[in-house]
Amino acid sequence: MSDSVALLLRRVGFGPTSSELAAASKAGYAATVARLMDPGEQDRGAAAAPMPELGPDAFDDLPDPGAERRAAAEALRRQQTDTIIRWWLDRLTVADHQATEKLLFFWHGHWATSIRKVGSPQFMLAQHQKMRSSPTFTTMARKLVTDPALVYWLDGHTNTRRAPNENLARELMELFMLGIGQYSERDVKAAGRALTGWKTDLSVPATAIFVPKDHDAGPKTILGATAKFDALSLVDHLAARPACPRFIADRLWFRYASATEPIPESTRGKMVAAFPVGISMLRALVEDEQFRSGRYRMVKQPMEWLVGAMRQLGIRPARLSGEAFHTVVSGLKGLGQVPFAPPSVAGWPSGTAWLTSSAAQVRLGLAGVLAELAGDSWITVERLADVLVVPTWTNRTYAALKQSTTPQELITLGLASPEYLVN
Amino acid sequence: MDPLTRRTFLLASGAVGGGALAAAGLGIAELLAKGDKDGEPGPADTLVIVTLYGGNDGLNTVIPYADPAYHSARPELAYAPEEVLHLDGVLGLNPALGGLKRLWDDKRLAVVLGVGYPRPDRSHFRSMDIWQTASPDAPIRTGWVGRWLDGIQASPEAAVSFEPVLPPLLAGETRAGASVTLGAPQLPAGISAEMVRALGREQRGEDVLQARAATALHDFLRVDGLIRRVRESDQPFEAGEAGHLPATGTGGETSLATQLALVHRCIEAGVPTQVYSVSLGGFDTHADERPAQERLLKEVDGALTMFMDRLATSPAGRNVTVVVYSEFGRRVRANASDGTDHGTAGPVFVLGPRVVGGFHGEQPSLTDLDDGDLKATTDFRDVFGTLLASVLHADPARYLEGYQPKPLSLIAL
Repeated sequence: MSDSVALLLRRVGFGPTSSELAAASKAGYAATVARLMDPGEQDRGAAAAPMPELGPDAFDDLPDPGAERRAAAEALRRQQTDTIIRWWLDRLTVADHQATEKLLFFWHGHWATSIRKVGSPQFMLAQHQKMRSSPTFTTMARKLVTDPALVYWLDGHTNTRRAPNENLARELMELFMLGIGQYSERDVKAAGRALTGWKTDLSVPATAIFVPKDHDAGPKTILGATAKFDALSLVDHLAARPACPRFIADRLWFRYASATEPIPESTRGKMVAAFPVGISMLRALVEDEQFRSGRYRMVKQPMEWLVGAMRQLGIRPARLSGEAFHTVVSGLKGLGQVPFAPPSVAGWPSGTAWLTSSAAQVRLGLAGVLAELAGDSWITVERLADVLVVPTWTNRTYAALKQSTTPQELITLGLASPEYLVN
Repeated sequence: MDPLTRRTFLLASGAVGGGALAAAGLGIAELLAKGDKDGEPGPADTLVIVTLYGGNDGLNTVIPYADPAYHSARPELAYAPEEVLHLDGVLGLNPALGGLKRLWDDKRLAVVLGVGYPRPDRSHFRSMDIWQTASPDAPIRTGWVGRWLDGIQASPEAAVSFEPVLPPLLAGETRAGASVTLGAPQLPAGISAEMVRALGREQRGEDVLQARAATALHDFLRVDGLIRRVRESDQPFEAGEAGHLPATGTGGETSLATQLALVHRCIEAGVPTQVYSVSLGGFDTHADERPAQERLLKEVDGALTMFMDRLATSPAGRNVTVVVYSEFGRRVRANASDGTDHGTAGPVFVLGPRVVGGFHGEQPSLTDLDDGDLKATTDFRDVFGTLLASVLHADPARYLEGYQPKPLSLIAL
């Protein structure tokens, strides 16, 4: 029973603390689900981490900068990128509404857009804000299809009536809304035409700008329907296809339940019924007996591993020194999951891709850093299992932990242990 | 230098012998398999992949010095014909590449001209992704070397990177190359290899994913041990810290010379690695390009020639092939800051004793352009496909996402 509550907290949040687990166990599974999925009042924890104000983009109004101004603008962008990464890490760590925050991180991986191409921290933060303020998947899709970060990321700004670029149209169908195999190449081409005419402007992170003369206003036939589709009516059309809720249910299952086993048909049915409200779909998933059975194991994503460890060890990203913060971020880079910088539009890797030998090395190093930051407190092998919310140590790990001679060594080994990484 | 034998490094690494055996977690069968191969000169063929991050300006690397269009497109940036190291009547090397000119004269350098891919992407990130995944049409998570690791069910040391982060190139679905970080502390304070070994030990009845997590710890120790022992067993690197520039964006943080010196050590010691990945960053020369690119090319030149010269003196070096590429070239026309912006096709260098020296492929026209950019004349997958076939002895089509590469006559069979 309490194992199943622990699983719930680990999957829908970023790693529960032992007191959160104790409270949830006492309340029971159903009440905990209700509280997580409908937390009601303002998130008091998250209030300590307000979203930063960045001001204008450093390259705004710099059409052809010389070397010096370019370098200065790039430096400012790097600094602002650090600011938004640190803010997000901090927010995830202090937020009480863990299911809400975790779902936002899921959407970030779903609409995977990277600052490494987009460049503008303002664009990335504005995109984040759109996801945060979208109660349903359909609303989110409508906002994002003209989001400057996404448009620029997928070359939508080069997509005009005369020179179409299908990149955004293709990914909208394949990766964001329908899934591969649910459309033809002709549908992609036609959808590309529906998306023509949007430009990005660094001074307007809120939305891309519509340029009517670049838009193809003619009729298009997309997935059997013919109309003068534009960006919004295209999104509505795709969201209304039966493939869309099924695809979103599959993706949620993949990140919350199992990256290796397919979603059972009955589970999917319940989730599809809750579409388009993302958090309701998630609720249907965790209330389903398949999820509750505890049969499905997952490798923690690096962000789950890191943020969970910081929550459990009481480390606030906002309070880290510049040096410590950079060590943490380069650790995330080594593990392959820096927030705002997914490796490709296909999103984060999963499962065994996190279990390479080089990741093991990076994780050990980062575990050592976290153990240092956790400070010098007395701890035993048994108490460590409580702190890290590990149900039980294997004999193998118990023997390894017993070799430690200081609290730092003990915490380092606990964080690097296979049972902390896989649950 | 006193080259380590295969047995010496295995002994030194703790992988073989006495009490170290059990601690390393190696099975007896594995030990015997390794022992059987003792005395053999490591793997038959080795590929060293050198990535230049940032988009190296191909037109100022292999210079069309005789073409008036070159001089008129970039008057401030162009090299005068007499500065260029002539390779033939029309093309020559950047003056910083004197060592490569010598290798060219020795027929150990092949230059593949105009290498790119259809519908070029000008994002560093996306274009590098395309080169490393060899998938220009759709983003995928595996690199072409990673897929080859999957295909041969490679051991963890089959592909090694000396970069701080494992490049996508070496990531497969079920296998991945190992990344060995230079300079960084091996383990956190107080954590001994013995502790990590204990943590990586097999646990009966363990879930398959959890078992993989344990194996990863074990594999890390094994590869790290192999490489580090080789590295520490010898005198310090003469090439070591010299001449490195801070890299912009991604790319090797240790000097290229250091990375290649380490590759050389490993090859000499017979480490059973077949693919090495090394890199240098900083080629994003939007402004004041000439001095910046010359410094970088000089570093490439020095590191590569030292590597090739060292290999030339030993039998193990006979089977080593090096390939050097960047994610794109730069625009033909200079910008207003004496630099160049992101472009398309560029030359790829292939070096080694087995290489058929000289030009391969065709130099793109400077007048028949695609929106101001060079039109690629050779697909990069033809180059990598040839290396898969001739160096790694693999079926290239199997690892290039269905692309059927046209074999190039780069490697003497």
